[in-house]
Amino acid sequence: MSKEDERMSVEESPKGGVSRRGFLKGAGLTAAGAAIMEGGLLGVREATAALREPPVVGPGSVSVTLKVNGASRRVDVEPRTTLAEALRFELGLTGTKVVCDRGSCSACTVWLDGTPVCSCMTLAVDVGSRAVTTIEGLAPDDERLHPVQEAFIEYDAMQCGFCTPGMIMSCAALLNRKANPTLEDVKTATSGNLCRCGTYPKVFEATLAAAKTGGHGRKGGD
Amino acid sequence: MNSFEWTEAKTVEDAVARMGGSSVVKAGGLDLLDRMKEGISTPARLVNIRNVAGLDAIREDAKTGLHLGPLVTLAQLDASSLVRRRYTALADAAGHAATPQIRNVATVGGNLLQRPRCWYFRSEDFHCLKKGGDTCFALEGENQYHAIFGNRVCAIVHPSATATALVALGARLELTGPGGKREVALEDFFVTPEKDVRRENSIGEKELITAVRVPPLSQGTRSVYLKQGEKESFDWPVADVAVVLERSGVRCTRASIVLGAAAPVPLRVRAAEEALEGRAVNEETARVAASAAVRGATPLSRNGYKVPIFETLVRRAIMAAA
Ligand SMILES: Cc1cc2nc3c(=O)[nH]c(=O)nc-3n(C[C@H](O)[C@H](O)[C@H](O)COP(=O)(O)OP(=O)(O)OC[C@H]3O[C@@H](n4cnc5c(N)ncnc54)[C@H](O)[C@@H]3O)c2cc1C
Ligand code: SF4
Ligand code: FES
Ligand code: FES
Repeated sequence: MSKEDERMSVEESPKGGVSRRGFLKGAGLTAAGAAIMEGGLLGVREATAALREPPVVGPGSVSVTLKVNGASRRVDVEPRTTLAEALRFELGLTGTKVVCDRGSCSACTVWLDGTPVCSCMTLAVDVGSRAVTTIEGLAPDDERLHPVQEAFIEYDAMQCGFCTPGMIMSCAALLNRKANPTLEDVKTATSGNLCRCGTYPKVFEATLAAAKTGGHGRKGGD
Repeated sequence: MNSFEWTEAKTVEDAVARMGGSSVVKAGGLDLLDRMKEGISTPARLVNIRNVAGLDAIREDAKTGLHLGPLVTLAQLDASSLVRRRYTALADAAGHAATPQIRNVATVGGNLLQRPRCWYFRSEDFHCLKKGGDTCFALEGENQYHAIFGNRVCAIVHPSATATALVALGARLELTGPGGKREVALEDFFVTPEKDVRRENSIGEKELITAVRVPPLSQGTRSVYLKQGEKESFDWPVADVAVVLERSGVRCTRASIVLGAAAPVPLRVRAAEEALEGRAVNEETARVAASAAVRGATPLSRNGYKVPIFETLVRRAIMAAA
């Protein structure tokens, strides 16, 4: 199987990573076909056993389908490509910021099935069927912003704005989990989000205000 | 980051069969990616175990105690009412480690096996003892976050918060390798630099942690974990402490006191435990035990400040567990 075939044959699996179905659909079937012709039944059994071994992909590029903000997007990535890189460079979703690239500032926060994670420390090949929600997908529709986004504007909860997308993803996830958070809850939810401009008090104010307005926008499960 | 191959393990057996050499398992991937991005680990293949079924359960059984699958995340430990109620030190250790985003992904198995945070170790530019060189740069260098005990050869502190709590709780690991399963007390799992400076624990190249077990605690046992960082929001500990006290009436019958971020391994301090056992737990005995806990410390040029912090944390943790 050439690298080219391999790239074509990979698809995301229900639980994550690369599925056998994708493998079979691509180059795998040709291998089985060849075995039938050459080795009869025994060859088929061996070929089937080989297919049962989960496939190895990379180090070259592989094609994966990411569910981003409700839409399926196919991207070509290497196994070493992070989700942040795939979003920014392959899909043009530059709202997600990368600052430290080491998991220690949370600027790159996105949701996987509604749970905030660092996209800089997540490999794109590891996302699987989990739904990715980025700052671009937070607003309920084209007309309105998410209540946390509204509140950040109203309360001036940003200065340079570089930490803001990550900060908003953390705060909006908190409101999904807890409709009426305390100040302590907001502090904990944003405890990993570094803001070098020091806008924390405004972030706390805005998030508590957004909680009072009640609307919660997207939940990130789709 | 170097290029690598990627594959999914379906089962424990599958993972064990395919790991070893330059083929490395990945759970949450946080520590691994961090090292790969710094160029200090360069595996040729990652075997993803995150999707192996049945490894993320938290269970309790009256006879065998608490069972944790290796893929249980720090966030799960923090959120579990079972863990919080009965094994409080573990819930607090997990809940105060790292950031919420990291806790959502970090697994307990990976947390126990993460490599040290010594900045010389983490930098590609320093070929120190631990990486096969012939110098420990921390001994004469920037050592403010390094060890105050057991620091003659290599002065790392063991980075795992869950290890601090789990050693105090008497946890055991189930390891699965090509030849089957073995069990080891977590306390005996860690390796000092004197024994082998290249490693921090005794896991085999083709072994997986397949369970973490905490034996049942007697009625009235209380456990406490306290951490001191430099700032209020997320931070690595400059000191952390776990205390487990078993009592009969007001008397302490058994104490387990462990210092984290103090030594290259999670450090049980027997002298402090003995200062409590057989005695009533009060401010007086807590003070005696706390001073015993830091006796014999050998701080380096820049980390002497850690000694009184540990002493205070031990005293507070004992009083909180009393
Ligand atoms: C900003 C930041 C702050 C942090 N603060 C803290 C803190 O305060 N306290 C703390 O304790 N930690 C902290 N950490 C570290 C973090 O908790 C660990 O990196 C994480 O727990 C590792 O788990 P993982 O599942 O991602 O491991 P991985 O990176 O997947 O694995 C780590 C290592 O263990 C091996 N491995 C993993 N699982 C198994 C298994 N079941 N069997 C055999 N081998 C296995 C892997 O091969 C790898 O070598 C912090 C990390 C960051 C980024
Ligand atoms: S403390 Fe250990 S890891 Fe750090 S420089 Fe010294 S030998 Fe290397
Ligand atoms: S860029 Fe991902 S945590 Fe800093
Ligand atoms: S607004 Fe500038 S980093 Fe937060």
